[in-house]
Amino acid sequence: MLENNYDVVVVGAGPGGSVTAMHLAKHGLKVALLEKRQEIGAPKRCGEGLPLTAEEIVSMGVPSFCVRQEINGAICYAPNGKEIVVEMGNLAGWVAERKALDKWLAMQAGRAGAYVQAKTEVTEVYKENGFVTGVKAVYEGQEQDIKCKMLIAADGVESTIARKAGLETAIGLIDIDSGFQFEMVGVKIRDQKKLELFFGKELAPRGYTWIFPKGSDVANVGIGIALADKPARYYLEKWIASRPDIFKNASIIEVNSGGIPVGGFLDNMVGNGFAAVGDAAHQVNPIHGGGMHEATSAGKILADVVAKAIKNNDVSQKTLSEYNTLWWEARGNKLKKVEHLRQFFDKLTDDDMNMLVSSLSGEDLLKMARGSKVSGLAKILMKNPKLLLLAKHLL
Amino acid sequence: MWNVNRGKCLRCGACVAVCPKLALELDESGPKNDRKKCILCGICQKVCPVAAIKVEKDA
Repeated sequence: MLENNYDVVVVGAGPGGSVTAMHLAKHGLKVALLEKRQEIGAPKRCGEGLPLTAEEIVSMGVPSFCVRQEINGAICYAPNGKEIVVEMGNLAGWVAERKALDKWLAMQAGRAGAYVQAKTEVTEVYKENGFVTGVKAVYEGQEQDIKCKMLIAADGVESTIARKAGLETAIGLIDIDSGFQFEMVGVKIRDQKKLELFFGKELAPRGYTWIFPKGSDVANVGIGIALADKPARYYLEKWIASRPDIFKNASIIEVNSGGIPVGGFLDNMVGNGFAAVGDAAHQVNPIHGGGMHEATSAGKILADVVAKAIKNNDVSQKTLSEYNTLWWEARGNKLKKVEHLRQFFDKLTDDDMNMLVSSLSGEDLLKMARGSKVSGLAKILMKNPKLLLLAKHLL
Repeated sequence: MWNVNRGKCLRCGACVAVCPKLALELDESGPKNDRKKCILCGICQKVCPVAAIKVEKDA
């Protein structure tokens, strides 16, 4: 049962919360991992693509029931239909089953010694002398006060807990994408091992549509767009209707939506007795919107910092800010570059994109999405001085 | 006036994430709006992936 006193309370049992809780428990701390929903992992708000570079998860030995499809690359389609095929070796990642994966990750937290409880909502954050000292949790309609030395907000894009604890994490409209997705059966999938991405202003204003295979005829079919005239759902349905070659026999087995932080990284993610991780701290790759890798790598960093802080009996913002420093060194600076890349892509016209797709290689695209420099990019952009100007931050 | 169409709403929380006033909270039926905090700015309506929210400045 949920007790009244913990070293750390982690709010939210997505990948970020579960991995953080697991590492904290492994450090010997008494941890409660609380999830608002009655079922961890559902409903998903995710395309479920997971690169093998997400080593915090992959190294845990994820069982096969969490993986629906092995992926070896991607196909990107320009507005004019021209394509780049990105080959990424034998195995580049998975399309996961979040309902299974998230539960399994929470189980690992439980097995490491954390106490996990679903259908438990944290509704209030208590503070004394500027320090977080506990929370109010509600389970089965019963309120319970819980004392803690440290509160971790892993409560997703809404970030309600982080904000109640005093961190300003509201996302500006410029830094959030609207996501909408159907999981469909009967999809004509070109290559089961490739993610397919479709670009174009009409199709998906400042974003793209995707097909992420989950077997031979099942896929997550989705869209992520920046602020547009119409809602994300409208553009996805229009696209599906325009592609009978892919979707003629497709039907809908699940409907998902969500807001995706795509930038606006936080210089400070901590307070006295408090820290945020994952979507709640905007830790998402701004170009592809993937968050599992970021949330879990940050979770490991955070757990180590928190364990040390609690051992030294000092959970002040100053001490916890080591997490800021280490995260920015490990991930933030790279993601900032990727954010510039997104801002560059946001400004491209369909013609610009057609030109780039005919000039760039799959390998170039991959490097860009990972925040690495692309040799020869300047030369390609030189063909179009406007692009060179737009891309000055990338070179 | 702030309204959510609970038939359309998928309870994803995108609206909560962008609310500059912490006026929205998500419960099992969707976002709840705290009228005392809400300034009817309409940002939640703009981000909603399924057009479930409608905000109109009060006359």
